[in-house]
Amino acid sequence: MAERDEDETSGVETTGHEWDGIREFDTPLPRWWLIIFYASIAFAVIYWVLMPAWPLITTNTPGLLHYSERASVMREVAAMRAKRQAEGAQLQRATLEQIEKDPQMQAYAFAVGQSIFGDNCAVCHGQGGLGGKGYPNLREGVWLWGGSLEQIQQTITYGIRSGDPNAHNSQMPAFGRDGILQPSQIDDLTEYVVSLSHRPADAAAVARAAPLFQSNCAVCHGAGGTGNQLVGAPNLADGGRQWLYGSDRASIHDQIWNGHGGVMPAWGRRFDANTIKALAVYIHANAGGQAS
Amino acid sequence: MTDALAMRRQGPPLDAAVYLVVCLVGAFLMTVGAAMSKDPLFQFEAEIFIVGFLAGAAMLLMGIMGGAFRPEPEKYMDGVIRAGVIATLFWGVVGMLVGVVIAAQLAFPRIMYLPDFGPLNFGRLRPLHTSGVIFAFGGNALIATSFYVVQRTCRARLFGGVTPWFVFWGYQLFIVSAALGYLAGITRSQEYAEPEWMTTLWLVVIWVAYLLVFLGTIWKRKEPHIYVANWFYLAFIVTIAILVLVNNMELPVGLLNHRSYPVWAGVESAMVQWWYGHNAVGFFLTAGFLAMMYYFVPKRAERPIYSYRLSIVHFWALIFIYIWAGPHHLHYTALPQWTQTLGMTFSIMLWMPSWGGMINGLMTLSGAWDKLRTDPVVRMLVVSLAFYGMATFEGPVMSIRTVNALSHYTDWTIGHVHSGALGWVGFVTFGSVYCMVPWLWKKERLYSNSLVEWHFWIATTGILLYITSMWVNGIMEGLMWREYTPQGFLAYSFAETVSARHVGNVVRLVGGLMYLSGVFIMVYNCWRTVRMPSVERAPTLAMLPAAAAIAAE
Repeated sequence: MAERDEDETSGVETTGHEWDGIREFDTPLPRWWLIIFYASIAFAVIYWVLMPAWPLITTNTPGLLHYSERASVMREVAAMRAKRQAEGAQLQRATLEQIEKDPQMQAYAFAVGQSIFGDNCAVCHGQGGLGGKGYPNLREGVWLWGGSLEQIQQTITYGIRSGDPNAHNSQMPAFGRDGILQPSQIDDLTEYVVSLSHRPADAAAVARAAPLFQSNCAVCHGAGGTGNQLVGAPNLADGGRQWLYGSDRASIHDQIWNGHGGVMPAWGRRFDANTIKALAVYIHANAGGQAS
Repeated sequence: MTDALAMRRQGPPLDAAVYLVVCLVGAFLMTVGAAMSKDPLFQFEAEIFIVGFLAGAAMLLMGIMGGAFRPEPEKYMDGVIRAGVIATLFWGVVGMLVGVVIAAQLAFPRIMYLPDFGPLNFGRLRPLHTSGVIFAFGGNALIATSFYVVQRTCRARLFGGVTPWFVFWGYQLFIVSAALGYLAGITRSQEYAEPEWMTTLWLVVIWVAYLLVFLGTIWKRKEPHIYVANWFYLAFIVTIAILVLVNNMELPVGLLNHRSYPVWAGVESAMVQWWYGHNAVGFFLTAGFLAMMYYFVPKRAERPIYSYRLSIVHFWALIFIYIWAGPHHLHYTALPQWTQTLGMTFSIMLWMPSWGGMINGLMTLSGAWDKLRTDPVVRMLVVSLAFYGMATFEGPVMSIRTVNALSHYTDWTIGHVHSGALGWVGFVTFGSVYCMVPWLWKKERLYSNSLVEWHFWIATTGILLYITSMWVNGIMEGLMWREYTPQGFLAYSFAETVSARHVGNVVRLVGGLMYLSGVFIMVYNCWRTVRMPSVERAPTLAMLPAAAAIAAE
């Protein structure tokens, strides 16, 4: 043990150790520090006695309270399910129209729909359902596959090109990429589609494309290009404000060339029928949906 | 004795020659590996190592020919520490700059949004930031200060000849291979343990060398006792070695493949990962930096350590209790409840052992409190202890399961980490660097104390903005996530909670920018200090004050 030394400033004894000019006092442990330290140990010991704490060979000490977090979560989940079921039972019996007309059921459907929409649908359709390129806007009353309550319910349940046997499955051909039409023909068709909305277009090209449109496009989009909800073919004569892949010439050309088509999941595999009913009512009401 | 020394002085520097061979063999093996591998990411890593080994070989060759490795047993080895200080500042700027970039992206997602260019995606920049500040900035600070402190407090030159330089440059190679690997998409996907097996293996080599240098220096010390700072450094070095080895138990897909799979699976893997993760905080960011504190605070304040007894008690309590606290990162998960109980209770018991270091640091200033006003470096060190105390109180509170139910996965955690990282780790490092730069470059003082003042106030304000915005964001997020409608459905979608954080994210960005600006001021101040004329008052500064002491033995 080194000889004790004294600090000149305070007159307090140091341990006598010195490293590179650094010395040490030997102040006793602060009492408050020690008390809190002991108290935290006491708290831990009491907690161990009450709660599951120490591992044994095949199990663990259960604690005097026999509290199990898993059991508690299970209880809470079951309680929430029961609550939802009670309130949702009405929905189960009612038709979509009845739900929409009955203020109480409608309010419940809106609450469910809003919650489910935000975490599931908004990922693609946007918060508020305004959509984006390739993702339909649900607020404008423009429907590819029909906007009646039943049609919305059908689309949500089975999805679009989702692989589900009941899904909407049409696919626009990639006229350019797959070599179905010549590049010059696609240029002409682009002009033709532009002209359908009464926008200024190259008249010669439109004239050349008219027979092409009738033989290639009209089967889905209709002779006048007004579309067909049975095959999800959009109306090409509506000015193009809500076209999924854009309505400027480059976008139209790109769409004819590549035939883009997105995928919507079959939500029937994730949600129960009640939830989908509520969602359909919510979307229908907020989206300017169409009457059946 | 002196004859033998003289002869050694004339002879070829054997250790340097050995390292030269190691570098050349390493470069050769890596070239063969890169040529034989069909895995482009393995080849990328191998190429980094080839460049590193060849650069090492070139430096060694120049050193040997220029006679740089002559042993000078009567002098402290300070060159490697000067390099360490420069590396600390360099990686500090890099790591914090990346942090500011990703903070900007969180506030304004369109900034640097390059969906078609993977290497600069947020997911790759984020580990670049965390590893950059923890391992590159913090690691270099720890290695440099440990080399400084262990020599002074043992009154012995660093052990191992060229080995400290090997540790320094090898560690830089580890950092570069990890960082470029992240950008290339190489990751183990475990937080703070992202580097794949090749890089980790190299780290293990470096770390063993580091341990040997440190232990060897303690072994040949000329002081009867081992100073408390060295206990903490040793605990940090030894424990980090164990943590890295256990958490990286993994099998490479092939010897010529960059990918590996851990032997741990499922919840065991999660448990081991957070045992590692939490003790990286405990032993890297706490024990290591406490070591720094234990030297630079009493040295700068020129006062004795407050309590030898407290340092013993809190040291052993800290290292015994810290190692149990990991499971608090996995509350309310598949981890068995008893494990969560242990994690929580040990975290609570950790409160006072952590505070022991704060008390010992703060109370060391008694008799010199006026220095808080007159010396901004002392103020920086003291404020670092205040943030240390705050973070080590907040930690146990957040480990309580019911608190954690609110705070977990929210920005509160980010704020907690940064009050420790910016306030404690950053400030104690800045304070130590401000101390060491004039000492190492033999200057009378820093270039400018008022620049230190500026650094101090800008950075402190930045930290406060950072942590308060994260508290607000975190509590708000936690409350929004658990809000139910009367019908029993979640009131807010996740996207709504994300957009609600926007203002806090902007404030955090401002705080981070301020902190980074402080570092730029510091770099400028240090650079000007180094350029000042040296004082010739102290040729002995780097000399072992040995004669008297050895004679006394």
